Amino acid sequence: MSAFADWLAMGGYAGFVWPAYGLAAAVLGGLSLYYWSRHRRSAADLDRLQGSAGRR
Amino acid sequence: MLSRFANPARFMRVSGAALPWFGAAAAAVLAVGLVWSLAIAPPDYQQGESVRIMFIHVPAAWMSLSVYLLVAMASAVALVWRHPLAEVAAQAAAPIGAAFTLICLATGSLWGRPMWGTWWVWDARLTSVLVLFFLYLGYIALVNAFDDRDRGARAGSLLALVGVVNLPIIKFSVDWWNTLHQPASVVKLGGPTIATSMLLPLLVMAVGFMLLFGWLLLLRMRTILNERKAEALRLYGQPANRRERAEALTGDAVARS
Repeated sequence: MSAFADWLAMGGYAGFVWPAYGLAAAVLGGLSLYYWSRHRRSAADLDRLQGSAGRR
Repeated sequence: MLSRFANPARFMRVSGAALPWFGAAAAAVLAVGLVWSLAIAPPDYQQGESVRIMFIHVPAAWMSLSVYLLVAMASAVALVWRHPLAEVAAQAAAPIGAAFTLICLATGSLWGRPMWGTWWVWDARLTSVLVLFFLYLGYIALVNAFDDRDRGARAGSLLALVGVVNLPIIKFSVDWWNTLHQPASVVKLGGPTIATSMLLPLLVMAVGFMLLFGWLLLLRMRTILNERKAEALRLYGQPANRRERAEALTGDAVARS
């Protein structure tokens, strides 16, 4: 077995180690992307509202 | 120190400058921590490679507790001093804390299966952390359950403060009751009893999680403030027009303040 395949196998615990890291990456990565896009949208909305100041 | 950030406008300015630094630092530290945890740190002499789950599980557990403490302290400040940013901070931090608690529970389960022979056991440590997760969810639900934002915030703050009794129960549960969960090996009297080759990547991951939390917290607080300001603008228009609109709505002259 190559060293890389050896590493992937995690000494027989691959089925536990990789899901643990994958789940953490999915939860934190997903939250980061969601908050990032919400932040951008909220800033753009506010800019638009403040830009249309005189028209009300 | 705190009062310097009391002003939302100043907060937006300072946090806007700090945001990219937090994000870059979190990404860099987490990248180093992941390589260290997954490839460099040695396997445990008893647990083999499964011990690598610890580098996620333990920092996530630390975050779940400290973020809750932050939610509770911010809630206390919001209740006592009606500090507007404290309320926003508590509401922004709670979902992030819930995410860390979920990661702690799930990775603990994935670690428990090969090491203890079970995914879950209803003992003091695991149950009290599950209660912590539900406290987070309850706080989030309660804050959003009221049409009146202030009432929701106050009810949530009270729940957050009551829930603080759970924190020492979690911390000392491994000493007070028999449990499958191992006792503390890092934060304990007499210093850590974990090998340095494992302690270092653990601390790097913990710092990475803290930086990521800082970035997410600022991002979320800024979003909430932006959205509230946009909502106020939609309802009342620009500040300069508010008096006329209020007069048009009520038919009365609004007193000059």
